[in-house]
Amino acid sequence: MIKTDVLIIGAGPVGIFTVHQLGIIGLKAEVVDNLDKIGGQCIELYPDKPIYDIPALPECTGESLTKNLLEQIKPFKTNFHLGERVEEVTKDKNNWKVITNKKKIFVTPNIIIAGGVGSFEPRKFSTKNAEKFEGKSIFYSIKDKNFFKNKKISIFGGGDSALDWAVELSKIAEVTLVHRRDEFRGAKNTEKIVRTLEKEGKLKIKTPFQINSIEGDNEIKSIIIKNENGKTEKILTDCILGFFGLIMKLGPIAEWGLNLDKKTIPVSTENFQTNKEGIFAVGDICSYAGKLKLILSGFHEAALAARACFQLARPNEKYRFEFTTTSKNMQERLGVKKK
Amino acid sequence: MAKITYIEHNGTPHEIEVPNGLSVMEGAVQNNIPGIDADCGGSCACATCHVYLDEKWFNKLSKKESAEEDMLDMANETNKFSRLSCQLTVSDEFDGLVVKMPSKQG
Repeated sequence: MIKTDVLIIGAGPVGIFTVHQLGIIGLKAEVVDNLDKIGGQCIELYPDKPIYDIPALPECTGESLTKNLLEQIKPFKTNFHLGERVEEVTKDKNNWKVITNKKKIFVTPNIIIAGGVGSFEPRKFSTKNAEKFEGKSIFYSIKDKNFFKNKKISIFGGGDSALDWAVELSKIAEVTLVHRRDEFRGAKNTEKIVRTLEKEGKLKIKTPFQINSIEGDNEIKSIIIKNENGKTEKILTDCILGFFGLIMKLGPIAEWGLNLDKKTIPVSTENFQTNKEGIFAVGDICSYAGKLKLILSGFHEAALAARACFQLARPNEKYRFEFTTTSKNMQERLGVKKK
Repeated sequence: MAKITYIEHNGTPHEIEVPNGLSVMEGAVQNNIPGIDADCGGSCACATCHVYLDEKWFNKLSKKESAEEDMLDMANETNKFSRLSCQLTVSDEFDGLVVKMPSKQG
């Protein structure tokens, strides 16, 4: 069991800056994120895309912004619990008890949800019986490649994951790579290798094709793929791999008794508290009149929510507003050396 | 201003007057039309505003940029006339446009 002043759900830019805003007022935070890396959408969706509207940063990227934010919270030595999703939130006297999918338990008076549009999950096949085979013969990631040895595998997708795994698995299995168009968007070099392997007869490429149906009762026997003109082909298949990137799902957040407005959580703009005392929402996931889904708005929301957490975390102390420029306390917390 | 008809996967049509300058996605979201999620808010980064055009409209409107084509790789059940509605900026020439939504947005 981990006791903390604040549990932050979401390690995107707003979640990271929340750590900073809590840290300078002396509150300790723990951060949980479903992704296996820090940065949220900035890293998962657009690490290389430019951002032009962060104050005082004329231009940055999702990746550089994340890096700089992490630098800024270094003094607080924060624990990040990555690859973990918060499943349950229940009231426990004056605290919230939070349980993750890995059965880690946090006890905290404050929760700040900085969850973007929810947690990232793999995009799945919408084909009728795909769900039935998931985890048995349909996979969206690979844990142990030896599982696929000597099997017939159909890989779907046109990005790096699809290309990389097509190359890798073609060494130990019979691979067919299926993609919706003739062009691949993965690394040009890997595409070249894939095309060479095809010429050498070491794997098959089927474009522009998409999955149409899966045949088999208890195990997959074959799949039918279909192109844009309605032409179908049957491919004998043992396993299917789908690499369509990630999609954001609200997930368990919907079960915690919070008021919801579509996929967002309504908050008071005074302190960004939700309808539950001690649970706050900041960044893209919160909603209020005039809400803008901007990183800079999330930073503002984080600053206010952090101050609101003080009262519940330190009921016997009085919060005093200070500036980092002049506050000795804040500078100590930031590890500023005296000049 | 353009009159756009959004047709849900189950066939339910919604006829909306969308002001010029908004995207076809925003026209749907601002009017609470189900079937377009637009998780990323219109930055061509999530493929959850996928719609089908018919051939005539597909050829009439601006062509896809490569970023949109790349994102469409992630969308569900694309066809030849698939577009991401956040990349379609409404002008008078959109009047009469009909878009159909897929069974799900990812």
